[in-house]
Amino acid sequence: MEHLSGGDILIRALKDVGVKHVWGYPGGAALHIYDAIYRQEDVVHLLVRHEQAAVHAADGFSRATGEVGTALVTSGPGATNAITGIATAYMDSIPLVIISGQVPSSKIGQDAFQETDMVGVSRPIVKHSFLVTRAEDIAATIAKAYYIAATGRPGPVVVDIPKDVTEPNYKVPYDFPHEVKMRSYQPSEKGHRGQIKRAVKALLQAKRPVIYTGGGIVIDNAAEHLIAVARKLNFPVTNTLMGLGGYPGTDRQFIGMLGMHGTFEANTAMHHADVIFAVGARFDDRVTNELEKFCPMATIIHVDIDPTSVSKNVEADIPIVGTCTSVLKEVLSLIEQSDISPDTDAISDWWKQIDEWRAKHGLYTASRYEESSGETIKPQDVIKMLYKITDGKAIITSDVGQHQMFAAQYYLFDHPRQWINSGGLGTMGFGLPSAMGAKLAFPDTDVACVTGEGSIQMCIQELSACTQHNLPVKIINLNNSALGMVRQWQDMQYNSRYSQSVYEESLPDFVALAEAYGHVGMKITKFNELEDKMRECFAMKDRTVFMDICIDRSEHVYPMHMPGGSMRDLWLSKTERT
Amino acid sequence: MKRIISILMENEFGALSRVVGLFSQRGYNIDTLTVAPTDDETLSRLTLTTQGDTQMAEQIVKQLHKLIDTIKVVDLTEGAHIERELMLVKVKASENDSRTELKSCVEIFRGHIIDVTPSTYTVQLAGDTEKLDAFVEAVSHMGIMEVVRSGVSGISRGDKFVCA
Repeated sequence: MEHLSGGDILIRALKDVGVKHVWGYPGGAALHIYDAIYRQEDVVHLLVRHEQAAVHAADGFSRATGEVGTALVTSGPGATNAITGIATAYMDSIPLVIISGQVPSSKIGQDAFQETDMVGVSRPIVKHSFLVTRAEDIAATIAKAYYIAATGRPGPVVVDIPKDVTEPNYKVPYDFPHEVKMRSYQPSEKGHRGQIKRAVKALLQAKRPVIYTGGGIVIDNAAEHLIAVARKLNFPVTNTLMGLGGYPGTDRQFIGMLGMHGTFEANTAMHHADVIFAVGARFDDRVTNELEKFCPMATIIHVDIDPTSVSKNVEADIPIVGTCTSVLKEVLSLIEQSDISPDTDAISDWWKQIDEWRAKHGLYTASRYEESSGETIKPQDVIKMLYKITDGKAIITSDVGQHQMFAAQYYLFDHPRQWINSGGLGTMGFGLPSAMGAKLAFPDTDVACVTGEGSIQMCIQELSACTQHNLPVKIINLNNSALGMVRQWQDMQYNSRYSQSVYEESLPDFVALAEAYGHVGMKITKFNELEDKMRECFAMKDRTVFMDICIDRSEHVYPMHMPGGSMRDLWLSKTERT
Repeated sequence: MKRIISILMENEFGALSRVVGLFSQRGYNIDTLTVAPTDDETLSRLTLTTQGDTQMAEQIVKQLHKLIDTIKVVDLTEGAHIERELMLVKVKASENDSRTELKSCVEIFRGHIIDVTPSTYTVQLAGDTEKLDAFVEAVSHMGIMEVVRSGVSGISRGDKFVCA
C-alpha cells in the first residue's frame, strides 16, 4: 500500500470521492494542504478573495449541478469567515464539505495564533462535523463527510484538520474506503406505503386541491415525477421560493410562487384548498403567514425526507417521510391502479375559480405596475427583458432583497437548478460568488446574477476572482440607491423614516469599478437603452459584464402578505388590498 | 409533563455538545442529564429529562434522532419504565436528637449514611425524583448543607430494551 502524508491523503481522497474543484483561501494552518494541492493536477483549486465567497461559490456549484461542493479554508478567521456561507447552505439543505485547517493538536485549547474552535462555532449550522486527530483517519473521514453531505436531507459537513495531521514528513498507508457504513446514520428512502395509499385517496377525492412544492423537488431531482403526477391529476401547482423551476414556470397548471411575495392566485388558492399536497417544502413562516389562520379547510399531506420538518409548524394530517422521487413515483403508480376516479367536474370548477383570480389580480395576466418610460425603468421590466434576451434559459443567481423577489416573480423558470438564491438564511452577498460556481459548472450557459447595489457590495471583491478564473458572469444590478426591501418595510411600517437605508451620495461608480477589475461596465438610465445594452452584454460571451441599471426608486414588491393575516390577506399595490 | 428521554449514541468527540446544543438552539430545557459509556465502550448512554407536551416531545425525539451520532432515541415516559436517581445529602447533625431523627428518617427512606463527622451526616439515597424530593423536604428543618443529585436514569420495564 502506498504511503502518503496527511496533506497528500486529503487531496487524494478528494480525488477519489470525485471532487474536481475546490474553492478556498490559504493560510498558516492549511499550508501543508496547499502544498499538497501544488504537487498534483487532479483537484483544481480556485482562489477567492474572502472565505465567505469560497463557500458560496461551492454552494452555487452544488445547486447548479447537484454534486457536493467543496471549500477549503484556514483556521481562525478563515474558518469564521466561512460561517455565513455554511449557514446559508445549511438553511437551504445544500450538500457541501468545508475543510478547515486547525492549529496543531498540541496547541488546541491554548489560545494559539489563529485558533478558533471550528467544530464548536459551526455546530448549530452543520449537518455534521469532524475533528480529525490522526493522518490515518483522513481518508475514511472524507468518505464519510461526502456521504453524509449528499444523502438524506443534504447539508454542509465541516472537516477540521489540525496542522500536524497534514505534516509532510509523517507518512501512513493510503486506504480509501469505497463503501461507507454507519450504524448511527441510515437515512430513510421510501415512504410508508399505507400512508401513501391514504394520501392518494385524499388526492383523488379532492375538490379544491393545491400541490405545494419546495426545494426538495430540486434537490432530489424529482421534477419529472412532480410533472407526471400534476399532469395526471390536472391539479394547480405552486412553488416556494426555493422550489422555483421544480415545476415549469410557463406551464398552465403553474399558479406562481406562494408566500409573502407570492401571487394572488397561489396564496388565495392555498387558503381555499381542501387538500394540500406539500412535497419537499417545510411550511416556512415566509410561506404560511399567521399559522393560526393557515389554510383552515385543508387536509394536509406532507412529504419530506426529514421527519423533523413534518408537523413542525403545521400539523400534517397525512405525514409521509421519504424522498420526493420515491414517494411521487409511488403516488403516480397508485393513482393509475386506483378504482377511485378524480372528481373532474369539481376540478374543472376549481380551475374556473383560479382562472378568475388570475385574470383579476395575476402577475402575468395584466400589468401589476406602471409602465417603464423615459428615465423610469421598472425593475420588473428589467427582469422581463432579461428573460426575453436569455430566452428563459439562463441560470439566474440572486442576492437578497427586492431584486430577489422581482427575479423570482418575473423570470419564469422552466427547469430545476436554473434559479439559485439564498432562500432560508437570506444572505446578501450570495449572488456573485454563487454565480461563479454555476458558471464554472456550466461554462456554455449564460449565468446572470440579479442583484442590487446593496447586496453586490457585500461580496464585490469576487470580481477579482472572476478575472483570475475566467468566469464571465453577467451582473444585473438593480440600482435604486437604497436598501430597497428595508426601505419598503420602512415605508409600510415605519411611516417612511428611512433609518440607515439610503446612501446615495456614497455609492461607487460601478462602471469604473468593473473596469478596474478588468471587466466591462455599463450604466443604463433610460428604458429605451435597456434592450440594446442587455443584448450587447449577453453577446460578450467571454466577458464579465456589470450592468448598473438605475431603476425606479419608489417601487415596492407586491403582492405582500399582511402581517398577522392568513395566506389570502395581501397588499396588491400601495393602495389596493384583498 | 415530565419526559425521560434515553439516547444511545456513538462515544465520539463532541457528541454530548451536539445534544446539549440542540436543546438550547431549539429552545427546549434540560432539567437533568446523565451521561456515561455503556458496556460497549464505543457507545454512550444519555438520559435526560425535560418538560413538554406530546407534540413537543415528538419533535425533540425527532431532532435528537436527526443528529448523526445518535443510534437510538426513546421517550421512556411513553411506556412502562423505571426511573432512578442517586442523591448525596450532607445534613447538620451535631445534637444527639437530630442524629437519631435523621437516622430513622434515612431508614424510612431506605437510604444509607455513608459519612459521619461530629457535626454532619452524609446520606446516600436512590429512588425516583419524587422520593428524593420528599426526603429533602423531610430533613430540611435539620439544616441541609449540600445536595448532590445525579439526574435521572431510566430503563423500560419488561422485555423491551434500547440497544444498538
